Amino acid sequence: MLDCTPANIVQRSGGAINPAKTCQPIGAMYAALGIHRCLPHSHGSQGCCAYHRSHLTRHFREPVLAASSSFTEGASIFGGAANLKTAIKNVFTIYNPDIIAIHTTCLSETIGDDLPTIIKGAEIPPGKLVIHANTPSYQGSHITGFSNMTRAMVSYLAEATAAQKKEQVNIIPGFVNPADMREIKRLTGLMGIRSIMFPDTAGVLDAPMTGKFEMYPAGGAKVADIRDAGNSRLTIALGSYAASDPAHHLERKCRVRALTLKTPIGIKATDDFLLALRGHFACAVPAELEEERGQLVDIMIDTHHHFFGKKVAIFGDPDIVLATTEFLLDLGMRPVHVLTGTPGGDFESAIAALLREAGVEANVRAGGDLFLLHQWIKNQPVDLLIGNTYGKYIARAEDIPFVRLGFPILDRGLHSYLPVVGYRGAMRLLEMMGNALLDRADRDAADEDLELVM
Amino acid sequence: MAFSGHTELPVAERAAFIYTKGRQKPGLKCEADSIAGCVSQRACVYCGARVVLNPITDAVHLVHGPIGCASYTWDIRGALSSGPELYRNSFSTDLKERDVIFGGEKKLARAIDQLVEKYRPPLVFVYATCIVGVIGDDLEAVCRVAARKHGIEVIPVQSSGFAGNKAAGYRAACAALWRLIEPAGGMPEKKSLSVNYLGDFNLAGEVWIVGSYLKQLGLELNVAFTGDATYRSLKNAAAASLNIVQCAGSMHYLAEKMQESCGIPYLNVSFLGLEDTADSLRRIARFFGDHRIEQRAEELIARETAAVAGVIQSCRKKLAGKRAAVYVGGGFKAISLIKQFRELGIDVVVVGTQTGRRQEYAVLSELVDNGTVILDDANPAELEKFMLEKGAHLLVGGVKERPLAYKLGLAFVDHNHDRKHPLSGFIGAANFAREVCSTVCSPVWRYVHTPVPGARAGGAVWAAAL
Ligand code: SF4
Ligand code: SF4
Repeated sequence: MLDCTPANIVQRSGGAINPAKTCQPIGAMYAALGIHRCLPHSHGSQGCCAYHRSHLTRHFREPVLAASSSFTEGASIFGGAANLKTAIKNVFTIYNPDIIAIHTTCLSETIGDDLPTIIKGAEIPPGKLVIHANTPSYQGSHITGFSNMTRAMVSYLAEATAAQKKEQVNIIPGFVNPADMREIKRLTGLMGIRSIMFPDTAGVLDAPMTGKFEMYPAGGAKVADIRDAGNSRLTIALGSYAASDPAHHLERKCRVRALTLKTPIGIKATDDFLLALRGHFACAVPAELEEERGQLVDIMIDTHHHFFGKKVAIFGDPDIVLATTEFLLDLGMRPVHVLTGTPGGDFESAIAALLREAGVEANVRAGGDLFLLHQWIKNQPVDLLIGNTYGKYIARAEDIPFVRLGFPILDRGLHSYLPVVGYRGAMRLLEMMGNALLDRADRDAADEDLELVM
Repeated sequence: MAFSGHTELPVAERAAFIYTKGRQKPGLKCEADSIAGCVSQRACVYCGARVVLNPITDAVHLVHGPIGCASYTWDIRGALSSGPELYRNSFSTDLKERDVIFGGEKKLARAIDQLVEKYRPPLVFVYATCIVGVIGDDLEAVCRVAARKHGIEVIPVQSSGFAGNKAAGYRAACAALWRLIEPAGGMPEKKSLSVNYLGDFNLAGEVWIVGSYLKQLGLELNVAFTGDATYRSLKNAAAASLNIVQCAGSMHYLAEKMQESCGIPYLNVSFLGLEDTADSLRRIARFFGDHRIEQRAEELIARETAAVAGVIQSCRKKLAGKRAAVYVGGGFKAISLIKQFRELGIDVVVVGTQTGRRQEYAVLSELVDNGTVILDDANPAELEKFMLEKGAHLLVGGVKERPLAYKLGLAFVDHNHDRKHPLSGFIGAANFAREVCSTVCSPVWRYVHTPVPGARAGGAVWAAAL
């Protein structure tokens, strides 16, 4: 399918070929699903909503419910106020959520619907809540949308009500899978610290089978807890793209100190996370985590020769790519092509700093697409490709071992149940990457070179 | 969930879209806009247009809009190609804020130039998304200039998402197709035994199955719209002597147009299920008024039916008495599915569509037994309610319905873009039967209603399941 990608790289200015990102509303919808008993609502035409639901459904293999304002021609000319008011009324009547989290689409943004005013004029049953985020899809990416909806949780819900800050930490996990959120909570729990995670899709998008269709599964951040986040002593934002802005907003609003760290992928980023907890709270790293870390180091030593010097191309969401790149470097690998579709921020300089320290030369791009990545690979081949499902076309065209990481993964399962963060997540990454490389070595070995032990 | 177990519908307006055969006087509201906030399973105009045109394999399909619309439609269609693969890429003008403020025409023109230079396609489709409709880019003009500049066809698709639903997108696609196939210099010479196949998108290679049947009848498949179609093949569309129309929802409009303007008559057909496949082949053969073709059709039907009879029989044994729910895109598919389920001894107890037409609902309602619930533009809550009330064992639907069924402990078959085996023709009927069997008869359901071993008060359920 990608036979016609030319190796010759020329400047392009007319849009994207094979995008490495998608639009804000899907990130907002995902974040909204991380509030307990919340129904996300898409203010725009119903196509967007249908696409976002399908895409999330394919990635998580779970029901994804969200309502739409179902714009038609009239709404796009006269504004969507009437549609939104009807929608709010209908959603509360039919689906009875505790909270509706509305995000805009490029259409409602462009016609300039004023959401706060519309919401104020809507019929909201007593005790119920409606929040909103602006998510114009012609800015940023799905990561921006996730961040914007998380910020809305802070704006609408978080409050500083206690006289004194509580000994608890807020954690904004960024756009990661439910399993990662579970693992981060487990780590924090083992450190003995009370934490409030929001958004939290654990228990929502990896809910157990009960034989019933639960519109609102047991998981998700409770509204009361998000409120209480204003009373915490510290917020840790995991990922500067998906999590930092809401954390700083909370700092301004409720004087909760904000600290941005990398997504805890790999040994160093996990260390940093635990050290930050230890540094801010009266706690120590328990033996259990020391043991896990020790196991991880042991495995890294056992397997280091599989990884050393191997060239890697990696793409995906900026927070994930950044942390993973650091881990790859720790393994002695050489990430020679590093790309994210999400534009802006300090991605390029942050990656460049990591690479400089390790003495690796690489192509780095924020706001790039997979066509560009493919061209880079044609010019400088790699031993391994890491990225979301769309990487499979490049992997096949260039015959490269491929590890699926990030969002979306549409053609495999289980990724949302198995974490890649923390020491255990690092072990899983080692397994995935190591197996991809070794399977390939076995496949390519001549009969006389095929060995039982590797 | 909110109204599990209640029989009342919480939104009064929805009542008109739901009908229980034998219990109410006939009549169902359809072909109407969705109600805001009801969680429709439907998509937009762009989606409708894109699914119809995307299978044209050597075209550049350029989505003019912000990135999302193109991202979500990147190769999720499952339409196969026997040659070019250009259509499987995702091209977007990736509009940014400044384009929205200053207009996106220049960027669009640049994108077309760069793509044409890179891929040298014979044809470019430019899809309008919602935002393009609002900022008022003149797609027509940009495409006209680009076409002249590059000497190829550049066809705008007026598919702004808000201008109706998926069905309006089908019409937009048909309008674009008509621009492509309308013979410019008078009618081409008719090929006498040549058939166009409209409304199949070659999901899992289904066009190839039907194409081989036609060949065995002694007919030529001129071009399929749009499964595995290319620019060249579409250009010859007007030469066929007959159009057969599978997905009437998407292609009816074009079939009418071609009858009027090119003098090509059309037949509505369906290749889903043994009965419909056989019946369609007979009607096609009869159309040509040649007893040799009719005889070949009979031989083919006999041969192919015999080839799959074993599979169908053995599945039927396992499935007889089960109850199915159907929720699919268009009415034609729903009609065929009911008959096909009957061949497997399964009763359809709930049936709905996203964009079924009035006539199709009339046929549906004729077909089903008393007590069957028929509904248009259903939401997940309604699907749940009626599937539980009617005791369905199985749901047939698309991507968004799959996890809903699973959460309820029901079997599921994808009859949409995510299907992995062809479901058309005799072989498709066998595949369908096998798929239904493999999901309905899977041992995993045993664990759904069973408690954790040793848990209190659940022992009875456990025992009953075993
Ligand atoms: S923006 Fe409009 S065209 Fe694009 S997916 Fe949404 S409804 Fe469809
Ligand atoms: S880019 Fe805009 S129009 Fe397209 S799917 Fe996203 S929100 Fe909808």
